[in-house]
Amino acid sequence: MKPRQQRMLAVGLAIVGVAIAAGLTFRAFDENMMFFVEISDVVAGDYPKGRNFRIGGLVVADSVEREDGSLELKFRVTDMRCELEVRYTGVLPDLFREGQGVVAHGAMPNEGVFIADKILAKHDENYMAPEVAASLGKHVQDQTASLRGGDTECATNDS
Amino acid sequence: MIPEIGHFALILALALAVCQGVLPMIGAQRNDSTMMSVGRNAAYGQFIFVAISFACLIVAFLQDDFSVLYVANHSQLALPTGYKVSAVWSAHEGSLLMWILILAAWTMAVARFSKSVPEKMIARVLSVLGLLSVGFMLFALLTSNPFERLIPAALDGGDLNPLLQDPGLAIHPPLLYIGYVGFSVAFAFAIAAMIGGDLHQQWAKWTRPWTTVAWLFLTIGIALGSWWAYYELGWGGWWFWDAVENASFMPWLIGTALIHSLAVTERRGLFTSWTLLLAITAFSLSLLGTFLVRSGIIVSVHAFATDPTRGFFILAFLAVVVIGALILYAWRAPALDSTAGFSPLSRETFLLLNNVLLVVATILVLMGTLSPLIVEMTTGGKISIGPPWFEVAFLVPMIPLIFLLGLGMHTAWRKQDKKRWYSVLRIPAIVAIIVGVLLPLMFYGRVSIMLAVGCVAGVWMVITSLIQPVRSWLRKEGTPAITRSALGMSIAHLGMAVFVIGVTIVSAFGVESDRGIRLGETIEVAGYEFTLTDVVKVEGPNYSALEALVDVRDGGEFITTMRPQKRQYMVQKSWMTEAAIYPKWNKDLFVALGDQLGDGAWSVRIQAKPMIRFIWLGAFIMALGGLVSVTDRRYREPVK
Repeated sequence: MKPRQQRMLAVGLAIVGVAIAAGLTFRAFDENMMFFVEISDVVAGDYPKGRNFRIGGLVVADSVEREDGSLELKFRVTDMRCELEVRYTGVLPDLFREGQGVVAHGAMPNEGVFIADKILAKHDENYMAPEVAASLGKHVQDQTASLRGGDTECATNDS
Repeated sequence: MIPEIGHFALILALALAVCQGVLPMIGAQRNDSTMMSVGRNAAYGQFIFVAISFACLIVAFLQDDFSVLYVANHSQLALPTGYKVSAVWSAHEGSLLMWILILAAWTMAVARFSKSVPEKMIARVLSVLGLLSVGFMLFALLTSNPFERLIPAALDGGDLNPLLQDPGLAIHPPLLYIGYVGFSVAFAFAIAAMIGGDLHQQWAKWTRPWTTVAWLFLTIGIALGSWWAYYELGWGGWWFWDAVENASFMPWLIGTALIHSLAVTERRGLFTSWTLLLAITAFSLSLLGTFLVRSGIIVSVHAFATDPTRGFFILAFLAVVVIGALILYAWRAPALDSTAGFSPLSRETFLLLNNVLLVVATILVLMGTLSPLIVEMTTGGKISIGPPWFEVAFLVPMIPLIFLLGLGMHTAWRKQDKKRWYSVLRIPAIVAIIVGVLLPLMFYGRVSIMLAVGCVAGVWMVITSLIQPVRSWLRKEGTPAITRSALGMSIAHLGMAVFVIGVTIVSAFGVESDRGIRLGETIEVAGYEFTLTDVVKVEGPNYSALEALVDVRDGGEFITTMRPQKRQYMVQKSWMTEAAIYPKWNKDLFVALGDQLGDGAWSVRIQAKPMIRFIWLGAFIMALGGLVSVTDRRYREPVK
């Protein structure tokens, strides 16, 4: 093969490879992309319906309930403004605790209850997922503002 | 006092690195032997001072010197001695110092073992390595000094993250770093060759053994990390497509492409500029990996150190290195290219395909890893990409790659005779298809398309890898003795086969089950009966734990008692799952203890993972192949 043909072959193969990869990628990408949605937005009805997304916040103290002997449990998660009920069946991660940060993957087939298929708790005592920290930080600021008369009520979908 | 000595030694090492980075380069331009000879001595000196600095940090840990901030944050009085040493590289500052130490060690090895390389070339190589060293030492001294004092001193330390108190994790980062940093040697040779501009293909021969050694360490490092995640994180998976895993995997993929492309450049003088580009890319991806990990920019279970100024420094360093190298590449690389030809059916073509597929795989992993970042920067939306995407996307280039591998090994350079090719490969292909389909049917009783593809590919690779060594071993007539280099290749490809078989079987037949279990109750998972007989308290050196005793029976016959624990470490008060694993060569049983469910019941995660050991075994065989190939005679012959 002449160098020119070599180069053509290389370029041709690269284009085919990239095209196949790109096609598959874009198709699968959309299905596997999960948005992070703040609890307040979820409660207000502003979340991707019929697909998976992520939520995160603090586990509300004394909110974890489970039936004796069952792997099913429910708890509430707050972003310091709104609270959302989360249900999950399975083994919890080591660092899942009331009052601590948590991220959940799942969907909302019915209004008001988030069905989690995966629970992530932070891996280190000093680490919190950045989006959770940002979401909490914002609402803590809002509450400080409310002392000066701002609006901090949790706005629900049906109100 | 000792921390100050360490700090000072690091500053002296920086001064030497500056000499090493500047003088030999000028010497090479001016043809001045005295200036060029500075490189070697500066490299030895630099290593000695970095080693002193690193030793000082170890001593600070062993002496529980909590007046050093880094020690106070990452150690504790009751920490077992071994973990006090491994705590040195458990977080950012110490692991950066280890990175610098390893770079200095590689530099010293290059200075020592490249007597046959022309004076000018080696002067430039050492100079580039010196400049990289300067960058990392400035990074350490300006943003992440491990010797920073804490005044007043703490009475006790904040403890090492319990997850990191594990032998697997103690040795995984050093190995990974030896691999990462080792690509800097290939990078330095590439830059030196481009500056010199007159060495066409010899540089490939000098670079090959260094690249292979770096690659084999990276292989072992990644395998150990995967093994650690499997038993320590308590999840039982072996790869999570986590950003930090991807950060180590991308240089591996490009490094693998580089090894193959270097073979073409060395043997045939082809693909020279492409090989140069891969050498630049492999090291750039190592730097990018460091940036991703250290800046904490991507949500990751590993992101334990987060600091924007550090991220900024690494990003700036990355930009200088990559942009500088690419400008040099655009300017000089065309001069190094040669114009030999090859036939479409030749080893060159297969190695080209190998490179295209590996680069596509790298681009896909890079896309998946960076897209959350890009989406956030452009739209403000926060997304994550799930492992299922990576699994699908990654298979697209990998499936053709593993089939082509067997063909390529039996194809000659320049031009392969078609008839001979068919006569050698026909039978292996038929055997692979039959055995690959029957194997899962016989042992596991079912077969599917993906399963058949994986098993056929695995058997195909096993057979094609073994043909050449077996023939040479039997001394069949007309077969020349196999070179170490070819033997190494065969072994590495055999490792790939073992890996693929492991992944295929465990993905198809692995069983995972989260269950509730009461004291005395028996549950059945994957054909085994698990009985929770007791839950007891046990005390460790720096933790107390609840230990479940789970009897395992197979068809009523007692096999073993598994003892999964939930540990609470005293200082950080955090709980840690310590899974119990019953390993056999062909199947792992895995039990992790969850929470108390009330009413005397516990949640447990039980898994049966057939052939999972093959995944890590395959990786180790690949690394062994690399080791065998660098012992090839021709790397020791002096250049004429």
